[in-house]
Amino acid sequence: MTQPVLELNRITKRFGGLTANDDVTLHLNQGEILALLGENGAGKTTLMNILFGHYTADAGEVRVSGRALPPGMPRAAIAAGVGMVHQHFTLAANLSVLENIIIGSEPLWRPDSRRAGARAGIAGIARTFGLPVNPDARVGDLSVGERQRVEIVKALYRKARILILDEPTAVLARPEAEQLFATLRGMTAGGLSIIFISHKLHEVMAASDRVVVLRGGKVVAERRTASTNPAELAELMVGRQVVRPRRTAHATGKPVLEGRGLTVTDAGKRGLDAADFTVCEGEILGIVGVSGNGQASLGRVLSGLARPLSGTLTLQGRDITRLAPRDLVRLGIGRIPEDRHAEGVVGDLPVWENAVLERLRTPLFSRRGFVRRAEARAFAARLIDRFDIRGAGPETRTRLLSGGNMQKLILGRNLAAQPGFLLANQPTRGLDEGAIAAVHAELLAARDQGAAILLISEDLEEAAALSDRIQAIVKGRLSQPVPADRADARTLGLMMAGVWEVRDAL
Amino acid sequence: MRFERRADVSVPALLVAPFAAILVSLALCAGLIVAAGVSPLTAYAEMLRGAYGSRLAVTETFTRASPLILTGLAAAVAFRARLWNIGGEGQLYMGALVTAGLGHSMLSGLPAPLAVALLMTASMAAGAALLAGPALLRLRFGVDEVVTTLLMNFIVILFVGLMVEGPLKDPMAFGWPQSVPVAAGLRLPDLVPRSRLHVGLLVALLAVAVVWVVQMRTVFGAESRAAGLNPRAAAFAGVPMGRTLMLVACLSGGLAGLAGSIEVLGPTGYVTTNLSPGFGYAGIVVAMLAALHPVGVVGAAVFVATVFVGADAMSRATGVPSFIADVIMSVSLLAMLTALLFTTYRVRR
Repeated sequence: MTQPVLELNRITKRFGGLTANDDVTLHLNQGEILALLGENGAGKTTLMNILFGHYTADAGEVRVSGRALPPGMPRAAIAAGVGMVHQHFTLAANLSVLENIIIGSEPLWRPDSRRAGARAGIAGIARTFGLPVNPDARVGDLSVGERQRVEIVKALYRKARILILDEPTAVLARPEAEQLFATLRGMTAGGLSIIFISHKLHEVMAASDRVVVLRGGKVVAERRTASTNPAELAELMVGRQVVRPRRTAHATGKPVLEGRGLTVTDAGKRGLDAADFTVCEGEILGIVGVSGNGQASLGRVLSGLARPLSGTLTLQGRDITRLAPRDLVRLGIGRIPEDRHAEGVVGDLPVWENAVLERLRTPLFSRRGFVRRAEARAFAARLIDRFDIRGAGPETRTRLLSGGNMQKLILGRNLAAQPGFLLANQPTRGLDEGAIAAVHAELLAARDQGAAILLISEDLEEAAALSDRIQAIVKGRLSQPVPADRADARTLGLMMAGVWEVRDAL
Repeated sequence: MRFERRADVSVPALLVAPFAAILVSLALCAGLIVAAGVSPLTAYAEMLRGAYGSRLAVTETFTRASPLILTGLAAAVAFRARLWNIGGEGQLYMGALVTAGLGHSMLSGLPAPLAVALLMTASMAAGAALLAGPALLRLRFGVDEVVTTLLMNFIVILFVGLMVEGPLKDPMAFGWPQSVPVAAGLRLPDLVPRSRLHVGLLVALLAVAVVWVVQMRTVFGAESRAAGLNPRAAAFAGVPMGRTLMLVACLSGGLAGLAGSIEVLGPTGYVTTNLSPGFGYAGIVVAMLAALHPVGVVGAAVFVATVFVGADAMSRATGVPSFIADVIMSVSLLAMLTALLFTTYRVRR
């Protein structure tokens, strides 16, 4: 057997009382794609940061081609041929692709920079690995998929032979993700070895040769991809069987929220174009689409953050087109924002203040301008209990919650008010399997109790599992709704490509 | 060496930070004192003696601390809501001018406590109005309030100069450019007999209590804190951002205006263009040393007052220039900013 290109031997890393990696050993073979699978918080990113030298392990060593890497030195890792593509890109938006790629690989004090040579090098990489990039484009103008390609080229330009991709598809739409995997295949054929980190089962199945499953900081299993299946991996990853709930057919009531001809511009661009939709009592309406097709504008209008140019929005027949967020909340509209860190919570405030912030001015939580702190804290404690928000008390700073628990807090404060209408904008993005199942179950329970829910999702499985009817959003336009039982993958794919526009009613 | 974000802001570190910053600043300034040819220990001992060595020294230190508490509070309130009010100095002068102008003759018929309360209110309104302009400009047109509030300071001080040379000039002042005095009956009573320490200190402490209650207990306080910490999330949750910012501006400007009012009603009795030795700017240092906490402002203001009062005495005793006070204060601000960095980040090799 040939020597592995990369070995991690008995790595242990603790943060205070928390053991992020516990005696982890794994190896990577030449020309192989290894998937590192685990839930959020399983220790995947920590492990890769140790490998790359961002963190120093408390115990254990990293070997590249048999030679031990000095710990805590990213430079040494780069010199040994390890390249890392982070989940959050580290590119400067105001520089060109070329500048971003050569930045840091040239000595600072050299008066000129060797652009011609770099240009040729990038062109060579693009040809060899099928990674076309325009060296003169400004990074700020590129799509996320293109930016990721730049990150990969940047790593290869530094002679990486081992590539680590941290959640590479988190920001990509499905076709982009599939293209990425094809590219990775080509790269291993060219002699590179790749580790990619993921918590998405279908990706791991589609793209890897071998899977290492991490749970609670430990390696719990290793499988050849060809000899395992998604169900087994899911169980290994979560440690128990997780079944995402599915909707059961039930009768829907009268219309609750209706949008008619809604047109919204966002930063000068048309975000939403004459959109029509109706959400009924006890119904989940799914809006699917490739990201960047107007979902953000739709979310902003329904949250009260954007005023439409034209069109109307009515709640039980009452015009709510131009109401501010606070008025919408008062009328019983719940809103789950797209980005829970940026819009959902104020991270530096305690859980209890975030639990009541939206309804601070209602008599429930304030009297004569003073906050009713005892009531607010008791309310937060009930949310924590009822929605199983773990690792938190009312006084915990909200930033310390994991993504899933933060989302349960946001979901909880909305559902506790028993909203007539609930906007759920990407409610499970970035969550792990256990949290996704919990959020889905809560949404379905609210629907069964009569809430009208508008679900905006880029995850087709999610939309199909929850929605009673589905509309696609393409360039700000909404398709006709399709009942869920007629929305197979092919139909949805065509709808998301905008094909409904040429065909007559489906 | 690199910085790694701490999982959570460390509360003990936050409590230790100002003390560490002050120690570092004193240590660095010891070098300058040595350069002036004096032993730092002697100099600092003289400074302490100058600030606390006698009954008069103590009262003088607290007299200085009173306006600093208010300007520090003004900066802390604004900074918490991410309103960068650098115009405390101008707002203080505006408050002082209004108190002197109105207090000279207009309110003579009223009972003194009522008249004093009216004067303070008018001065607060003047300070608030002065900051409302830049706040409105930021809301409507995105004009950076750091620039506008800072430049307003110079305009206001020139305006004060105009007034004390012109309409409000005291004809009894032998040609000195000073304003007419407030009526003797309206001056704040002394807190300690035969000293300059006056009831203004209690006014400042009352303001601390009020600000604490407003920030920590009221809906407006909670909303303004949310707006400062995460504007997008606050807007999403329905906090009226424009109104909150304007209210914060009024509160901040009003506190600085009140500082000017108690200076005139207390120790000076009239306005000159050198009424304030930079109380407005020092308020920024006070606010930062207090980590923007209203209660911390009291301690930070006393520290800054100690340095200023003590430095004068030290200068007389040792010959070290009293400018060292400005250096100590400035270095402690920089040290505090650095220390605050370490409460959110840790250094790793």
